This record gives sequence, structure tokens and C-alpha cells, in this order.
Amino acid sequence: MHSFGYRANALLTLAITILAFMCGIASLSDNFNYPAPTAQVQVLNINWFQKKPDGDDEISLTLNISADLQSLFTWNTKQVFVFLAAEYETPKNALNQISLWDGIIPSKEHAKFLIHTTNKYRFVDQGSNLRGKDFNLTLHWHVMPKTGKMSANKLVMTGYRLPETYR
Amino acid sequence: MVSLVAIEWEGMDWQGQKLVEQLMQILLVSFAVVAFITGYVLGSFQIMLLVYAGGVVFTALVTIPNWPVYNRHPLSWLDPSEAEKHPKPQITNPSTKKKAAKK
Repeated sequence: MHSFGYRANALLTLAITILAFMCGIASLSDNFNYPAPTAQVQVLNINWFQKKPDGDDEISLTLNISADLQSLFTWNTKQVFVFLAAEYETPKNALNQISLWDGIIPSKEHAKFLIHTTNKYRFVDQGSNLRGKDFNLTLHWHVMPKTGKMSANKLVMTGYRLPETYR
Repeated sequence: MVSLVAIEWEGMDWQGQKLVEQLMQILLVSFAVVAFITGYVLGSFQIMLLVYAGGVVFTALVTIPNWPVYNRHPLSWLDPSEAEKHPKPQITNPSTKKKAAKK
């Protein structure tokens, strides 16, 4: 502590160490938050349903997605990534997950939304298994905190049964 | 030799150094606690960072410059004329002494 440089160095080191502790505690404080998000998805229409020339099934849906993810946000949340997946089982794959829509929610104010959309990404099966197939619609989200570990969770919603014939 | 005496001791005195170290620790920890509570209550990470940054700047202004407060206990060195009256005792090398004794 005898010179200017020594004091400046000591201050910087201690200040940054304490900042790291504060970030750690901020991250731990997220454990006191018990989120209870809600979501509903309606399949409004099947726009078309066909077999592509290469033999894979493809379908186009119109969806109504409403969700309230406000409880995911704490003071330590930077953003939330959310995506809607169609999940089903085929003889070849125990779990097929097809992302139909996704979005980045930048703040709590944007976490309650109602979206009317066709599927943002193509709903193509790996094969020809979609006729008469039951699938679950699952809303997945990844919470990105300002400090700390990312966390992910999901909400399985009521599914949908695809028609038996192409149209 | 006289010109050397004119050079001033630029550092803090011992008690000033002790005080400044304690002050630095207490101020930083207090600001951290205040910043965290403010940020948590207001639900804003940014406010926590701003309050803490303000605290660090304040602490830097208080502790980094060599304020006169930290120099209230100057070291009183022995006056040079007094030192010359009592010269340092010469250290006699024991090995040369032995050689001399052998001769």
C-alpha cells in the first residue's frame, strides 16, 4: 500500500473478485424463482399434405400459439429462446423432433404472446410415416441468464392426429 | 550527502498504509452489499452494476491518491549530523582475522 500503483492494483483486484462473488450470488438467487409458464397451441388448418418426389412426407400447418412465459424472467435473465416442436415416434426413430416455430424473447414484456402462423420451418418426415400419425406439440425453452448456467425445460401440450390421406 | 536528505519520502507512513487497506476493503464490501440489495429489490441487474461501479470509483478516489490524512504519523529519521557523530561500527571479517593470527 506504499505507492500509487500498488494501491490501484489492490483496488482493481479486490473490486473484480467481489464482482465475481456478486455475480455468483445473483446466479444462486434464481433458485428462489419457481416458474409456472403456460402455453396452448391449436392446429387451425392443414394447408397441404403430400409425399415429396423423394418419398418423404411433408405437411404444412397453420398454428395458433399462445403462451405466457413471464414467470421465467427474473432480474438475472437475459433472454429466453423458445421453440415449438412436433414430436412423434416412427419404427426407425424412437423420437422425431421437428421444429415448427421458434423465437427469441428479449424481455418480460414480450413474454406473453399470441401468434398466428404457418410452420416457420418445413415439417418433413424422415420417410413416409405421417399419414394418420399422432404427434405431440411440445414447447421447449432455454433460459439464458446474465450470469450463471443456462437452463432448459419444456411443456408437452395436447397433440394432433394427421389425416389418413394426402391432400 | 546533503542533497540526499532533501529528497522527500513520497510514500505513505505505516499507519496511513494500514488505514488505507482497511478502508479499501470495508468500502468495497459495503458498496457490493448495497449494490446487490438495490439491484435485487428493484429487479435490475444493471442498477446493481451501476451502483457497484460508482462505489468502486468512489473507493478509488478515497484510497488511491496519497491524501494528507494518510500522512499524519511521519517517520522521524535520525538527523544526519547526529548520525555522523556515531559512525557505523566496522564489521571485521573473521576469516581475515584468522589469517592474521596465523602469521
